[in-house]
Amino acid sequence: MSTITLDHVSRWYRNVVAVNDVSMTIGPGVTGLLGPNGAGKSTLIALMSGFLAPSAGTVTLDGDPLWRNQAVYRTIGLVPEREALFDYLTGRQFVVANAELHGLPDPGAAAQASIALVEMSDAQDRVISTYSKGMRQRIKMASSLVHDPAVLLLDEPFNGMDPRQRMHLMDLLRRMGGEGRTVLFSSHILEEVEQVARQIEVVVAGRHAASGDFGAIRRLMTDRPNRFVLRTSDDRTMASVLLTDPSVRGARLRSEGGIELEASDFGRFSEVLPRLAREHGVRLLEVTPTDESLESVFAYLVSA
Amino acid sequence: MSAVVSPTIARLGARSVFGRRRGVLLFILPLVLVGLAVLVRALVGEDLTATSDTLYGLGLAVIVPLVALLATTGVLAPEIDDGSISYLLAKPISRHTIVVSKLLVAGACVVLFAAVPMLVAGLVMMADEPDIGVAFALGSLAGGLAYCALFALLSVMTRHAVVVGLVYLLIWEGLLGGLLDGVRWLSVTRWAGAIADEVAGDLALVADLGATYAVVATVVVIVLGTWLTGRRLRGFNLTGDE
Repeated sequence: MSTITLDHVSRWYRNVVAVNDVSMTIGPGVTGLLGPNGAGKSTLIALMSGFLAPSAGTVTLDGDPLWRNQAVYRTIGLVPEREALFDYLTGRQFVVANAELHGLPDPGAAAQASIALVEMSDAQDRVISTYSKGMRQRIKMASSLVHDPAVLLLDEPFNGMDPRQRMHLMDLLRRMGGEGRTVLFSSHILEEVEQVARQIEVVVAGRHAASGDFGAIRRLMTDRPNRFVLRTSDDRTMASVLLTDPSVRGARLRSEGGIELEASDFGRFSEVLPRLAREHGVRLLEVTPTDESLESVFAYLVSA
Repeated sequence: MSAVVSPTIARLGARSVFGRRRGVLLFILPLVLVGLAVLVRALVGEDLTATSDTLYGLGLAVIVPLVALLATTGVLAPEIDDGSISYLLAKPISRHTIVVSKLLVAGACVVLFAAVPMLVAGLVMMADEPDIGVAFALGSLAGGLAYCALFALLSVMTRHAVVVGLVYLLIWEGLLGGLLDGVRWLSVTRWAGAIADEVAGDLALVADLGATYAVVATVVVIVLGTWLTGRRLRGFNLTGDE
């Protein structure tokens, strides 16, 4: 059982702040590091894997500093985001080389076990340059699991995977977490994170915006004013009727047609809208949420 | 892990050097040297001045540093460029072991593609005096290893190691070395010349540069360059694409 602790960690590049005063503890089980692109997720993972020195604060693994401490790699397995591998090797040669570099007593056997775990046994003797994106991701996984690490760090592991590969990797991560390993992966897709992670850490613009299980994060994201654009057969009537209901906070007729609407209680609103339309003989032509993009969700989280 | 050399890293390094198109140049450079030696021998006959001019002007000053540059950057730069060095760094291995293992590969290239061809070229041009070839081979080895250490440091300091290395060779070793006498104190090629001078007896390649100084300076560059490269790798910042 291993724990990574970030204590008031900041990292800046000249005058750009990538990570701003972040404190978090990553313990056993699967943790998802969620945030939009450019939020500082890769910087955080680089800090947690000892590939970047914090400008301020400390990053430790079970109390030991990670920076300039190569002994931590006995405990850590890292799956970097970057695609580059030793393309001229076969998958097996690559994983065996990783096993040798860890000084394992039987590199061949360790590599076989690790390759089997990610279901790459069939393709292991092909040269890596012929691999698909998903296969590269899996052989990277195999190389980082070869020494049976207590901590596994993965930077955007689901990028470029097809749905089947994604399911398989999710399964693998859940299993790793269930075995008591400390697994942390980053993603900018909430659905991805909540399917695997027990604990979610949200980062936005370098700040630690939220932390908790996915239920808590979901609530933070859904119990908020929702904006919609409606197109109906009678905008004026629909707008006035909707304003009488407490779930609607405001409505505005748009000059180009349609209603801009802000609902405060999403659950109630979704129930009330079709009923009121039917009662007043208005046809709903279109209901479009306008702020469902993750960025607006995050923007809300940060200002909350 | 206390081993000074990791066979795995050396093996990967060798494949990295020869697995790329640039590796072909390593075979061409010595061919040019030996080819020219054959030509000189055919045209001039056995001539000490022509031999030492060729082996110094082309061999020590051009072939040796280029072989060292190609081998060292080939073994280090691509992995740093594409980030795959993280697979070596994310291991409980001393950073100095990584550097020494990689430099061993570069050093082997220097022996194979610089020192041995220099010996051959020397023997071709001065068959009666094998000492000349041996002297230049030893000078090449010393100079080549020093260049490797220097270019290794360059590889971990800049992403443009090849260009910076070439500029350094052209401007410092070539242009300024020819114009300013004092540069000999800080010129790897001239140290290599002084070592060859000493071994062969009297070639008069480099004036006023003691062999002892040349040997000490060469060793200092090799040791310091290797150590600084490892130190730099220890604090290697590797970030994602953000």
